[in-house]
Amino acid sequence: IGKSKVDDEILDELEEILISSDVGVETTVKIIRRIEARVERDKYTNVDELDRILREETAALLAENNSQDVKDSFETDNLPKPYVLMVVGVNGVGKTTTIGKLAHQFQKRGKKVVLGAADTFRAAAVDQLKLWGQRVGVPVIEHGMNTDPSSVAFDAVKKGMEMNADIIIIDTAGRLHTKVNLMNELGKIKRVVQKFLPDAPHEVMMVLDGSTGQNAVIQAREFTKVTEIDSLTITKLDGTAKGGVVIGISDEFKIPVKYIGVGEQMDDLQVFNKMEFVDSLFKK
Amino acid sequence: MFENLSDKLNKAVKTLKGQGRISDINIASTIKEVRRALMDADVNYKVAKDVTDRVREKAIDRKVMIAVEPGQLFVKIIQEELTELMGGQAQSINLKGSPAIVLIAGLQGSGKTTFSGKFANYLKKQGRQILLVACDIYRPAAITQLQVLGEQIGVDVYAEPENKDAVSIAQNAIAHAKSKGKNIVIIDTAGRLAVDEVMMKEVENIKKAVTPSEILFVVDSMTGQDAVNTAKTFNERLDFDGVVLTKLDGDARGGAALSIKNVVNKPIKFISTGEKMEALDVFYPDRMASRILGM
Ligand SMILES: Nc1nc2c(ncn2[C@@H]2O[C@H](COP(=O)(O)OP(=O)(O)OP(=O)(O)O)[C@@H](O)[C@H]2O)c(=O)[nH]1
Ligand SMILES: Nc1nc2c(ncn2[C@@H]2O[C@H](COP(=O)(O)OP(=O)(O)OP(=O)(O)O)[C@@H](O)[C@H]2O)c(=O)[nH]1
Ligand SMILES: [K+]
Ligand SMILES: [Mg+2]
Ligand SMILES: [Mg+2]
Repeated sequence: IGKSKVDDEILDELEEILISSDVGVETTVKIIRRIEARVERDKYTNVDELDRILREETAALLAENNSQDVKDSFETDNLPKPYVLMVVGVNGVGKTTTIGKLAHQFQKRGKKVVLGAADTFRAAAVDQLKLWGQRVGVPVIEHGMNTDPSSVAFDAVKKGMEMNADIIIIDTAGRLHTKVNLMNELGKIKRVVQKFLPDAPHEVMMVLDGSTGQNAVIQAREFTKVTEIDSLTITKLDGTAKGGVVIGISDEFKIPVKYIGVGEQMDDLQVFNKMEFVDSLFKK
Repeated sequence: MFENLSDKLNKAVKTLKGQGRISDINIASTIKEVRRALMDADVNYKVAKDVTDRVREKAIDRKVMIAVEPGQLFVKIIQEELTELMGGQAQSINLKGSPAIVLIAGLQGSGKTTFSGKFANYLKKQGRQILLVACDIYRPAAITQLQVLGEQIGVDVYAEPENKDAVSIAQNAIAHAKSKGKNIVIIDTAGRLAVDEVMMKEVENIKKAVTPSEILFVVDSMTGQDAVNTAKTFNERLDFDGVVLTKLDGDARGGAALSIKNVVNKPIKFISTGEKMEALDVFYPDRMASRILGM
């Protein structure tokens, strides 16, 4: 006869692992409840099985990517043309770097990519994106610093279409979700772009720093208030931070995680893999 | 969730009062509530445990259970405990040497370059002659970023865009500073992960080459549980003198502050509260304690 209760010691250990990975108390409790329910129902017999259940239940909280089972999320064959991707997030999370890496991946697959430098605020932000453009070999549309970000975005879409671009990626300034004016500006950028191309942006990607703790949940909440968020990228997972907060976010807001950043070079972007991500949380 | 910690504790303690006896057992659920609030505020799991153990002792000592407002007293004890843990003797920055050398280090995107500019601005206003040094030779446009900030605040920036050796840039900068009669040299370095051996060695070598009077470790206040690993490694490699906590203009609880102080026992010296060059403040442990508790 198998044990139908998970013992406290295992649960304590589990709690420590999850909390230490930034999963957060609420989501951790949720995972533990799910496991207890599963164990109650299935009557687990050994620790190995429990381990598998645990991973499955954790992974189940991560929202599905709607584009069903794309093996390679860098694959963009069935997308509308041009596909406009706008990248948002708080300060310093890795937006510009992720854009450089994405441009490289799309370009490698024979797509024509154009970048729009709509961070006109942070010192040398335009230069940074231009250097990425050079590095990867894609054009960057810019109006220089301290110009209107909406006009830059508009122009990037317009010029991108003239250049027959497949993908247009718009960089935006880092902004804390507590700054109302800056948050409203995102809505404005979107509206201005839509004047030119009504379906744009086709995707708004929010970038999260993998070392961020529970504040990331509030970031997601506040950004989704001003614009739909279609995908998440989680960066800096090449360090010791686990990025576990994304589980609760993906669950609560039903946003799929698309990519992970694993370094500062142009090849350091990977397609998100649920099971690998969950396994990394439990790696000793 | 934690806005009403005081209410919650009031309730929890009152429930216990009905049970009539003050013991380790019936205080446990209240303590658990506190621990949860701390972890929600990104205080490291183990640190939260240590802190609540101490709070439990004090709560029993000070007879929380028979207080008129047990919740309030409880919160007061916690607040005092956190303040004490993050405070200690006020330590100023060490600007000895001619020139005095300040080295800035930390993870990617934590706010080092912005802080370097702010700190230069702050010292300049005290009448010092400052030289900013661009030792981030990796991040695209890192040098330009520092130059733009330098221009904004009217502080000279030393850079060698063609030089691929950060250590020699730092050394040359100091010679340059001496020849220009600068009092203080602030060295901005590239962001690096604690597990990146090559990069950790580099910053260690910069330290060896220039013997800074002050090394500041810059941390994003939104950082989660990993803050302790990072702080520990940076401290082992650099034996830094103080911590700068950035992006406190947001709504992050900033539990990392408590975790880091607990693990490396180095004072938090400055807080960064915005993108503008004026957004710099000194650190107040009591305010930080309230913030972590969401009050
Ligand atoms: N180790 C590591 N570093 C990264 C990764 N992604 C970005 N970075 C670094 O993080 C720092 C910030 O990256 P940026 O791309 O400038 O971030 P951002 O979100 O555009 O920043 P702002 O525009 O200032 O808000 C840089 O030093 C990047 O090299 C990653 O996946 N791993
Ligand atoms: N809101 C806010 N933003 C800040 C603060 N400090 C820095 N930033 C922003 O955070 C982002 C990263 O700051 P940087 O100074 O470039 O960070 P860094 O540590 O030098 O980054 P790397 O050199 O890439 O490692 C930029 O967008 C800054 O404007 C702060 O206190 N508040
Ligand atoms: K960060
Ligand atoms: Mg950027
Ligand atoms: Mg920098």
